[in-house]
Amino acid sequence: MSVFIPERNWWAQPLGKDEKLWLKVCVLTAIILFLMMPLYNLTGHQNPSHEGYKVSPERFNQLTEDFVAKNKVRDEVVKQRFGTTEVEMKIPVVHPGPGVKDIYLRARAWEFYPILELEEGREYRVHMSSMDYQHGFSLQPQNINFQILSGYDLGCHHDTS
Amino acid sequence: MADTYSTQFRTCETTGLKVHLPGERLFYVHAVTAVVALLTGGVMALLIALTRWPAVHLLPADLFYRFITAHGMNMLVFWIVFFEMAGLIFASTAVLGSRLPAVWFGWLNYALMLVGALLTNYMIFTGQADVMFTSYPPLKANPNYYLGIILFAVGALLACFHFMATLVVAKKEGYHKGSYPLFTFGILIAVILAIFTLLAGAATYIPTWLWAMGFIDSIDPSLYRLGFWGFGHSAQQINLAAMVSIWYLIGTLSVGAVPINEKFSRGAFLLYLFGINVASVHHLLVDPGLSASFRIFNTSYVIYAATIGSMIHAFSIPAAIEVAQRAKGYTNGLFEWLTKAPWSNPAFSGMALSVVIFGFGGGVTGVTQGVEQINIMSHNTLRIPGHFHVTVVGGTSLAFMALTYYALPLIMRRKIIGETWAKYQPWMFGIGISIFATGMSFAGILGVPRRHYDVTFSSAIFQVPFSATATTMLGLLGIGAIIAFTALLIFCLIAALTAFFGERIEAKMEPHYPPYLKDGSVEAAAVAS
Repeated sequence: MSVFIPERNWWAQPLGKDEKLWLKVCVLTAIILFLMMPLYNLTGHQNPSHEGYKVSPERFNQLTEDFVAKNKVRDEVVKQRFGTTEVEMKIPVVHPGPGVKDIYLRARAWEFYPILELEEGREYRVHMSSMDYQHGFSLQPQNINFQILSGYDLGCHHDTS
Repeated sequence: MADTYSTQFRTCETTGLKVHLPGERLFYVHAVTAVVALLTGGVMALLIALTRWPAVHLLPADLFYRFITAHGMNMLVFWIVFFEMAGLIFASTAVLGSRLPAVWFGWLNYALMLVGALLTNYMIFTGQADVMFTSYPPLKANPNYYLGIILFAVGALLACFHFMATLVVAKKEGYHKGSYPLFTFGILIAVILAIFTLLAGAATYIPTWLWAMGFIDSIDPSLYRLGFWGFGHSAQQINLAAMVSIWYLIGTLSVGAVPINEKFSRGAFLLYLFGINVASVHHLLVDPGLSASFRIFNTSYVIYAATIGSMIHAFSIPAAIEVAQRAKGYTNGLFEWLTKAPWSNPAFSGMALSVVIFGFGGGVTGVTQGVEQINIMSHNTLRIPGHFHVTVVGGTSLAFMALTYYALPLIMRRKIIGETWAKYQPWMFGIGISIFATGMSFAGILGVPRRHYDVTFSSAIFQVPFSATATTMLGLLGIGAIIAFTALLIFCLIAALTAFFGERIEAKMEPHYPPYLKDGSVEAAAVAS
């Protein structure tokens, strides 16, 4: 019993037929499951990013501002509510020109900056970092999620096709 | 040596186990404290769930985050660890028929854990630690919040050493000889996992505490996440090993199940030991900069070795119960052994439900969401808490509740008050938590984030609402939470009423001498007395 001392030679008791079969099925399933991850990394089109760099918040902020200055197409005027007061805000809309591959998205409480307009059929490398807390990036409705940390740049390849 | 302690033992009339009374008292206080933490965390759970249900949206934002912090700490840490420490005492003393070697040390550990838990709770409820369970820097709490957790962890770590010391003393003084029983072996695996976990906790919380006091300038968020989850996720693996041990124990107590092959079951526990803690890397799957090989090796539990461990238990526990039932004559058809099982015994039904909910609900979702490519579709969404509420609540907590129905009469020696209620309680809890987690998981699949107070994003500048199905799923979450909370309340009431007002079952006091003194004779012990 599970609360009493086992027989002296418990380790020498052979596994039964059913146990052996079950174990084989489990090991085989485990190996197949395990192989799926690297295989999908090689052949699949939806893999997490393995690219990351250390970057100070100041440096990343500068990179984002430079990117916005070069590629901004207009400002979006939006109304933002803070408690009971409503404030009008201008948020730059960025449409990266031809040949611009690296794009920057800055996370900060309580916003992502800037607004990105991306073209279908192009491949981008999205850089994301946080100025303060840890932020969760979520692309909806595809439901693709990344963790954005301060001090780290998450480089993420996004093919809009 | 023997005669000093021989009169401190009683004999359990149901199991025949020799129970050391000072250890029993320590078990009692740990278990009662655990239930208090469960009730605190449970009230928080209901309030949070009623806030996540958009139609109700009960709490204001600050209380929502405060109560989530309190919920996480009280449920994941205080309820479970206090209960596990009670389990450690039982596994090392009553199961081995041994004395508790340093009773004062046991009380010191308990005091450290209690002070730590109270301090942490005080900091949370006074609004000085609204950092959620994970307390990711640069979110900063009052230093005493971290201090409370550190004190609690030190107490728990010392209790783990006390457990190991008891195993040594049991053999040295002749209380026990040979291999440890399977239950004690499983708990030993849990303790080894716990030592790793608590050291990871120390490596994370001590620098964070120093940072909160101003001695360190900053904490690297990525490093913190690695250390924190070395603690936070590994803590759940302790629960896993403890829960599986309890499944075996209840199998024995309820139907007299004997492990079909000790090597098979113990090997599975060893697979846990070597393969399970690395799975903490699940939490880092969408973090910047980690290589594919690092993620794949770790999040696959070392080529799914630990998963094979769980699959072995999934085979051998029902098999042990089937063999025991068939030996009683329930041999008609394929399933008479199952239909004639003691379903009205809350310990048995709680254990059986825990196996099913944990295995099919928790294990499957855990292994699935630990896959890199699926994780990016579930990370930071409600699908993650949907997973761990079926493992930790539907699995671990339900197994602990089930065991309590044996602990009350056998260890606390009180007749259960409200036996009829107890019969239905595990079913209600299991069904409630399953509905709850289903709502959570599907809302998460539809993209609803896990940590956000207002999932309608009413103050966002662009409105991208989730589908109506997501709202329905959040409603399901709320309904499940109400059912599960009601069952939790019934459990707490039964436990508290029985522990304090239940009719006493007299202890059968019998002197107990170490049966395996060095020369190996029982007579030697009797003469020594």
